[in-house]
Amino acid sequence: MADEDSNFGGAGGGRFPLTRWSAVLAARGDDPAERARGLDLLVRAYWKPVYKYIRIRWNKPREDAQDLTQEFFARAIEKGFFDRFDPAKARLRTFVRVCVDGMAANEAKAAGRLKRGGDAVLLSLDFDAAETELGRGGPAAVREIASTDSMEEFFEKEWVRSLFSLAVDTMRKECEQRGKQIHFRLFEIYDLEDRDAVGRASYEDLAREFGIAVTDVTNYLSFARREFRRIALEKLREMCASEDEFRREARAIFGIDPA
Amino acid sequence: MSWLSDDAVARLRDAAAELDLSGTPYRFVGALGRGGMGAVFLVEDPRLGRRVAMKVLDLPDRAGDLEARLLREARVLAQIEHPGIVPVHEVGALADGRVFYTMKYVEGRRLDEWAATSASLAERLRLFEKICEPVAFAHSRGVLHRDLKPPNVMVGPFGEVLVMDWGVAKIVGGAVTESVSARDAGVASAIAASDSKSSVPAADTAHGSVLGTPGFMAPEQARGEVGLLDSRADIYSLGAILKFLAALAGGGKIPRRLAAIIGKAMAEEPQARYASAQALAYDVEGYLDGLPVSAYAEGIFERAVRVASRNRVAVVLVLAYLAMRIILIFWRPR
Repeated sequence: MADEDSNFGGAGGGRFPLTRWSAVLAARGDDPAERARGLDLLVRAYWKPVYKYIRIRWNKPREDAQDLTQEFFARAIEKGFFDRFDPAKARLRTFVRVCVDGMAANEAKAAGRLKRGGDAVLLSLDFDAAETELGRGGPAAVREIASTDSMEEFFEKEWVRSLFSLAVDTMRKECEQRGKQIHFRLFEIYDLEDRDAVGRASYEDLAREFGIAVTDVTNYLSFARREFRRIALEKLREMCASEDEFRREARAIFGIDPA
Repeated sequence: MSWLSDDAVARLRDAAAELDLSGTPYRFVGALGRGGMGAVFLVEDPRLGRRVAMKVLDLPDRAGDLEARLLREARVLAQIEHPGIVPVHEVGALADGRVFYTMKYVEGRRLDEWAATSASLAERLRLFEKICEPVAFAHSRGVLHRDLKPPNVMVGPFGEVLVMDWGVAKIVGGAVTESVSARDAGVASAIAASDSKSSVPAADTAHGSVLGTPGFMAPEQARGEVGLLDSRADIYSLGAILKFLAALAGGGKIPRRLAAIIGKAMAEEPQARYASAQALAYDVEGYLDGLPVSAYAEGIFERAVRVASRNRVAVVLVLAYLAMRIILIFWRPR
């Protein structure tokens, strides 16, 4: 299992081949191992956006939101949820959000909390981490999100955050494996950490701190950003069912606006 | 899993969208626009101290189809040199493997933006004639554009016209070749860097494929009859551009003779259209100069009105003379 916040899929985790493998297609395939791998990646990418969305959009208390999130992914795993997804009709994230809405609305009508039975799939998801993330903006920020009608944007934003986080984690591991820790650390300082925290360190300062030339700082950062782009695109490709969907999503996420 | 702040996500979006020019001689200046398969950036070439436009695929192309198309576009452009066609400078690959080519940076406005100004109908038609010239030249070299539309035409500050975006151009003649491998085209390093297995395809778009833009696309092109396309498909698109320009100038009303020219250029059957872009431009020029146009069979009265309209000064003088004679005949001093 590659992700510390979630634990699902057993031995199928670890590094997936970064080729044309699609988690969506694998999740609805016949091969049980591939199916588990596909579902694992989808759960890792989507559980936090789904949980936060339920908390904000449906104004659910923590326990109810946790139950609904568990229920949602359990259904996805048990009932072939992704089999119904058609990339020609919608993006996967739209499909997921609409399905979450449907389930939450039905649950509201039943006016009762979902109780999972003893045999039901129960995912190990770090809801405390998600709750902490949700609270980083403070109650005012949550109220602001909840008061707007941009819940679709909120879900998309959280999904992009989740995708980028997965990519950053993969990148960190790859940099460690390849002995490029300085590359990653520079990337972390410049692109991941809050600017205020580093006080806008100059390339000269960083070169001195890491004992490298200023041109190396430029080159290392360039390399790191290129690697991030590559890995993020690979992750995205894994979460799309077709090349067309991948291109549309890449354009939307990376701010590319086709004429 | 790492948590990323909103600012970090925004920076990562920028980082991911950033053009990595390491390994190339260029410096990033800004983004210019995006098309169906790639983006165009403004970069500086410090070797020559000039700015050029760089067209690059927006994503690495694993299948190689788009990459081959971009390289093919560059090669086609390189072979149809004309003042109205943007010249290509160089092809290559970025550090992340994406293929690019650089071309002249055209400062100006897209035709649809230019047309939104208060230019008169005559100014629009003169500009349209300029659009026909590079298209006619390309046809003479056996190249069809296949996606002529206002956004693909740039108008410079001095009224110069450049036809852009030859990404779906089709070679129908022997003067221009496309059946060369990318390696032969001098982009071996590009191909090696991108780990591409593709070469520029000898064959063109398959029959049944639809490439083009609705509203500006010939009916046979919209039906995907790729094998049957010839220069008359571009004539149709030119007719649609002419209609666009004329309608904007007249608030939707188009003069009858000009409408006939548009009708002939946009005829349903290719055989009924103009045989060439020059013939279309010739008719537009005739319209502007008050001469007969091949697309419109005028009656005697209409012809008289046109001739009179074209020779207003002479007509006024003759009428004045006749009026004077009549006055002299009937006026008897007492």
